[in-house]
This record gives sequence, C-alpha cells and structure tokens, in this order.
Amino acid sequence: MTEASPALTRADVEHVARLARLALTDDEIERLTVDLAAVLEHAADVASLDLEGVPPTAHPLPLRNVLRSDVVRRSLDRDEVLAAAPASEDGRFRVPRILDAP
Amino acid sequence: MTTASGTSAHEIAADVRAGRRRARDVVEEHLELVAAREPEIHAFNLVLADEARAAADAVDAKVAAGEDPGPLAGVPIALKDNLCTRGIPTTCSSKILEGWRPPYDATVVQRVAAAGAVTIGKTNLDEFAMGSSTENSAFGATRNPRDPSRVPGGSSGGSAAAVAAGFAPLALGSDTGGSIRQPAALCGTVGVKPTYGSVSRYGLVAFASSLDQIGPFASSVADAALLLDVIAGPDPLDSTSSPEPPRPVSDVLHDGVAGLRVGIIDELVDAEGVEPEVRDAVLRAAATLEAAGATVERVSVPSVIYGLSAYYLIAPAEASSNLARYDGVRYGLRVDGDDVAAMNARTRDAGFGPEVKRRIMLGTYALSAGYFDAYYGKAQRVRTLITRDFARAYEQFDALLSPTSPTVAFPLGAKADNPLAMYLSDICTIPTNLAGHAAASVPFGTGRDGLPIGVQVLVDAVQEPTMFRVAQALEERA
Repeated sequence: MTEASPALTRADVEHVARLARLALTDDEIERLTVDLAAVLEHAADVASLDLEGVPPTAHPLPLRNVLRSDVVRRSLDRDEVLAAAPASEDGRFRVPRILDAP
Repeated sequence: MTTASGTSAHEIAADVRAGRRRARDVVEEHLELVAAREPEIHAFNLVLADEARAAADAVDAKVAAGEDPGPLAGVPIALKDNLCTRGIPTTCSSKILEGWRPPYDATVVQRVAAAGAVTIGKTNLDEFAMGSSTENSAFGATRNPRDPSRVPGGSSGGSAAAVAAGFAPLALGSDTGGSIRQPAALCGTVGVKPTYGSVSRYGLVAFASSLDQIGPFASSVADAALLLDVIAGPDPLDSTSSPEPPRPVSDVLHDGVAGLRVGIIDELVDAEGVEPEVRDAVLRAAATLEAAGATVERVSVPSVIYGLSAYYLIAPAEASSNLARYDGVRYGLRVDGDDVAAMNARTRDAGFGPEVKRRIMLGTYALSAGYFDAYYGKAQRVRTLITRDFARAYEQFDALLSPTSPTVAFPLGAKADNPLAMYLSDICTIPTNLAGHAAASVPFGTGRDGLPIGVQVLVDAVQEPTMFRVAQALEERA
C-alpha cells in the first residue's frame, strides 16, 4: 500500500490545481501548500493505521441498483434550463472552441 | 423559548387551522422582527417578504374555504440557501451561483409548502456548507443573536440565527459533519440531523453525498419533531432515500426515559478542546436522565478519535467530485478564456472562495494517483471501524450522550485563519455522519459569558423516536 507523502511541495499543489481545474494565483498556491500540509499532517493518524482486512465503507445505506420504472415522464423545461446558462445558442449550451480549427 | 408572537410553531399552526389567527398577521409580526434586527444579524441572503405574504394569504383563503392547510399552517420557515427554490435565487453563499434561479423545488421545500408553512427567506451559510462559523460566505458573515460579537456556528448559521432571533419558529438546514447541530448548540436552539436516507436530498445542492442530510431547527424539541414528521419519508426523486416509511416522532415525545439505557461517550466528553463547562453540562444532562428513570453509564467508542481525520479526507473527496459541475457551462458564473479548459479554470478560481478551494484541492489530492489508498482508502476503512464501534455500543445502550460543540460560540475571526482549529469544532458531531446515524443537539445550560451549551443525543439508524424522547426529557429539565 502506498504510504502517505511526508512533505507536500509547491509542485504537488500546482499539479492538483490542474487536476481540479483551478487557475490559482501564486499567493493561493503558496497558502494552500501550507494549509494542505497541516491537514495532511493531522490525517497522518489515519494514514498510518494498519487496517488490513477492514472493508471500506463508501456509503451508509446498503442500497443497490435503485431503479425507477421505465416510463416517460416530464423533465425540466429546456428553455428554462438554458435561460440559466451563461451562454446558449440553438437550444444548446454555448462554450468556447474545444477542437482546433481544421 | 417563545417566538415573535409569543407562540410556538405548534401553537401558530393550531390557531391558524382553527381560524383563531390569520397566517398573514403571523407573517407580518415576524417580518417586523426581521426588519428590526436583521441588519445586525444577517441571517438571510434573501428575505421573501412579498412571497411570504402571498403564501400566507393562500393559507388564510384555505381556512376561509373550510379546507385544512396542513400541520404547519401559517408557520413561517427559513430555508438554508443551498435548498433549491423554483424561480427564487439559490446561491449556496457562493459567487459561482450568484443570481441562479433553480428550475425546480427541493422535495423538502415542496413538503413544507404542502403542509402550509410560509417561506420567509433563504438563510446564509458557509459557502457550499463548508465551514463551522458562517464566516465563509461570499455575502458576509452571520452574527449570533445571543451575542452579536460571536459566530452563530456553521455551516447552517443563518438558519440557527433566524430561529434564535425569532425571525421564524422553524428553519431547515443541512448537516454533513455537524452543520445543523453545531450552530444549534452555539445559538441555543434545537437542531436535528436525521438518519441518512430518511429525508430526501433531492434539490439540496450536493456537498458530500454520502454524508449530507437535511434536518430541522426549532425553539423546542416538539416543534423540531413537528417539522421532521413533515419532511421525512421516501422520495422517488432521491435514489438514496430509504424506502422504509418514517417513524413518527411527535407521538412519542412524552413517553419518558424510564428504563432507557444511556451511555456517555468517553472519547468525546474528554476530547481535545472540550471546555470544562461543556463537559459539566453533558454530565449534568446524564444525571438528569438518571433522575428521570434512565440508567446511565460511561461507554468507550474508541475509533471516534479518528473521525475528524477520516471526515476531512472523505468529505473533501466527495466535494471535489460534486463541485466539478461548476464549470461555467450550464449555470452561474462564467469567466471567459481562450478555450474550454481555460474558461473552466478561470471561472472556478473567480467563483469559489478560499475554503471551497481548500477542500476541492484537499479532496482532489486525496483521490489522486499514488495517494488514493493512503488517504481516501484508509479513511473509508476507518468509517467501517467507527460504524462497528457504534454497533457494539448500541448493543448495550439505547442512546448516547456527548457535547455537540467542544466550545460555546467563539468571537468572529477567532479561527478564520486556522483551518484546522475550525475543523476541530466538528469533532463530536462528525462520527454520526460517518455512520449514517441520527443525532440531535438540545440546549442544556450555559457556559462562559452566559452563552448557550448544546448536549448531543446520538442514536442508531432510524431510532429517532428514542432520540426525541431523550431530547424532550432534557428540555423539560434544562
């Protein structure tokens, strides 16, 4: 099992910010490096426990495959939903270009 | 404690249903109190005066027509601003959702309206319910009505303050690690975190989906019971809502505690940072229950000491996933960028406040390649240990006692620069969320500077009737 990282670096924080899609400022990265290290240090008590053979709990209820009946029902109104979007066009959400122009 | 009109939710509903009092008058009385004191307290992100008057008039029209408006007839209610209200702004106290008007109502919002309640406003919270003081709001902090130099607790601090200030006899909040119980304790109100799955989360803006649960605030245990009975029950729109019919709690309030076995959780009364007055209050509460016929003993629930660490890995991990939806595409804020990834990242940096970013970063780290097993995986296994330890305790005990918050209300700013110190506010409330059980905070005595103390009553899943019997017994002898 992977052990907890002893020291969180600025590079770690920059990497995680990219994963989390957060365009953080230098000050924010600085501050978060300190804050996250403090919380992870506190979490070392958990990270260092020997929990071999203890199953994980992801959810408190033993529910499985909750299905609704397969019938057509009314859903949210498209125009009403699109009206809340920052930009829309032709019944769709409008976003900046995703692919490079050919 | 009495509300603005000198009456409880029970009394208001009874009077309105019987035609002795108009819902409109009840609303006006509460709006007057809001006008007088809200500028100081800032319990609300939005006061819905016109909507409340219209809703009250509709209740009065029903009574005039000989119809029953329901068990909450004409009772003003304050809703935490992370509960979706159709056509009415729902911000989660975040700039990223500022101005968003949901296209649907949360199930609980529908249920309280169908029961005749009158929504009086949307209450302030720590942004996306992340915090323990309601200082992490993009729209300014809420102040504690008992002492406005102090925080009301959080994250449902606006709802707790609204009830404590008499703005509304009832409020709804959400509790992921203590966000109903801790502010209830700090403001001197009753606050209940029901069993996971007993109240629909449909329309509650998600923070940590395996922990979040909606519940009531009220000035009395009986009023909290009244509201819980209205909102509990299965909902086809929430696949994690329990299919079992809810067990009514209002009926059993006065069944007493004779013969109940009550345990005082060793690890929590003696937890890090528990103030002596708070510890004394728990022990006095236990003695009170013993005098009322319960048997009381100490009990060890050893793994709860790991609850805080496990929670601050699991909740941020789930939050980092849930908050991925705020990407500037479908609702809320957008900050333009040259491509989609840049637009996403700039929107999220501009829209989220510091604590939300901290938790997204922490959660993303805990889930990232190389660290998943050491952090998130371990935390999930600790969750199993805590659930097992509680199961052992509940073989011997019907209910458990602990402090709700280790301290009374602290001054604004006291913990704002120290995330870990703030997180410790939840040390006694978190284990219940990890196990999916129910717990309530009941005012019991006062501590430093005459500030209210809350005692926590914990029970096993779906044992709310027992929890309410104990809570009622404590309230009668507080």
